[in-house]
Amino acid sequence: MFDLQDLYQEVIVDHNRSPRNFGKLETANHVLEGFNPLCGDRLTLYVETDGDIIRNISFDGSGCAISVASASLMTEALKGKHMDEARRLFNEFHDLLTKDNDIDLDTYGKLAALAGVRAYPSRVKCATLCWHTLNAVLQGEQTPVSTE
Amino acid sequence: MNESVAAENLKTMPLDIEQIRRDFPILHQQVNGKPLVYLDNAATAQKPHQVIETVAAYYRLDNANVHRGVHTLSQRATDAYEGAREKVKTFLNAASEQEIVFVRGATEGINLVAQSFGRESLQAGDEILITEMEHHSNIVPWQMLCEQTGATLKYVSINDAGELNLEEFDRLLTDKTRIVALVHISNALGTINPVEAIIRKAHAVGARVLLDGAQAAPHIAVDVQALDCDFYVLSGHKLFAPTGIGVLYGKQSLLESMPPYQGGGDMIKMVSMKKTLYNDLPYKFEAGTPHISGAIGLGAAIDYLNNIGLDRIQQYEHELLEYGSRVLAGIDDLTIKGTAAKKTSILSFVLKGIHPHDIGTILDNEGIAIRAGHHCAMPIMERFGLPATARASLAFYNTREEIDRLAAAIIKCREIFN
Repeated sequence: MFDLQDLYQEVIVDHNRSPRNFGKLETANHVLEGFNPLCGDRLTLYVETDGDIIRNISFDGSGCAISVASASLMTEALKGKHMDEARRLFNEFHDLLTKDNDIDLDTYGKLAALAGVRAYPSRVKCATLCWHTLNAVLQGEQTPVSTE
Repeated sequence: MNESVAAENLKTMPLDIEQIRRDFPILHQQVNGKPLVYLDNAATAQKPHQVIETVAAYYRLDNANVHRGVHTLSQRATDAYEGAREKVKTFLNAASEQEIVFVRGATEGINLVAQSFGRESLQAGDEILITEMEHHSNIVPWQMLCEQTGATLKYVSINDAGELNLEEFDRLLTDKTRIVALVHISNALGTINPVEAIIRKAHAVGARVLLDGAQAAPHIAVDVQALDCDFYVLSGHKLFAPTGIGVLYGKQSLLESMPPYQGGGDMIKMVSMKKTLYNDLPYKFEAGTPHISGAIGLGAAIDYLNNIGLDRIQQYEHELLEYGSRVLAGIDDLTIKGTAAKKTSILSFVLKGIHPHDIGTILDNEGIAIRAGHHCAMPIMERFGLPATARASLAFYNTREEIDRLAAAIIKCREIFN
């Protein structure tokens, strides 16, 4: 049995209640939709890049606390980052939620708040939806991302 | 006291819920350290041991293929399989066993009608009338049929309570309407639709009517002859029977006029390299080895329901729903979606500021199983401007104590997020 507090940590509840970087980004040069058809979660990611640098990033849409908080935390983590760094973070975040081996949470900063999702397999897609959408942007894809 | 009076008394006696709960082995377990509260019955219902044992006994003692063997086991399997058809016929009050086609579930039943009846009889310019409160299984097969035939799909909208706008139905029903297909009881809102009037009006313009009874059959007595519907579909697994078995009822004259849906063994009388002579009803629509154990399990589930009595079940569930509606309505920031004057068994709700999936996870942590999502009825969610709802769906083995546990867990959701 897992403690719900591990899932709904204060950081998650806070970012769900007041998501950062929420709303349309008029200066975005990449806009991509991601959705989870199983549960209806839907978000749009707005990314403004300058060469290989993510100058600005925002999102909007609707989803559960996990998906909103994850998108909020992701946009915070990526602002100003090089795209290679974003790719590295995508892979690391994926490991955080899917791998059982020991992970040094300290290296994840605020994103570590989402580690509790690991204990809830049915919710992993909620946390990774925004990251998969980001990954598609990084790959230069144009078609909406679906987690199914 | 004579026997018939005793039988009448038995029918009106309240349900012995403790006794009933003992029939469902799955209910007696801990989930996440708490006694299980199963409130996801509209997704699939649990199985009484009478069903589980009947299926197990079939595999232990009688398993064989049906309709072909000369040996004893095959005869037993055939008798049990056809016996189940007879039980379904009586359960739905169909005129004949030939009107009862075993399918995989309500979904396959609708697809069968769309692809066999619909494809044969519809053409460009014709219209199919469905409603905004349909399950995807009663939308997509008609969209596919429209693509194939050039027919047009029209939707009757619903009001804020989750009831059909009947004036709009009257407006949309014209002599172009060939098929009216609608849900008998909504899986997302619990609304019981006024199907008798709809069927009468549809017949007056020459349209055929299919009722999706997946959600109705477990909760109210269905009489297809009294309804006068042309087709009725249901899923066994929502009726306390195994998954993978369901029923298509169709009026005999219609089924006879329809081409087969799938070709294969069992649906033929004679096959030569040039031509095939199709079998009689209902076998014409049952190609291949059927889900024999599923059908037999469905028969056992019907026996079980008949022993309790659907009237008593309906009465009990009505009181439980009233109680649940009252308790949930007392929770701050909670809104019930689906407040039709006539409804049953469904408590769909939203909590201000808390997404249904988070409610689902927190409730699961309390041992309570509900559904969170769009309930395979995305047009309803669109209608209410919601991405999803949380849905507690009741069965006759649920109790007031379980509703109280549900309410306490919902309050816990608010504590976590506020």
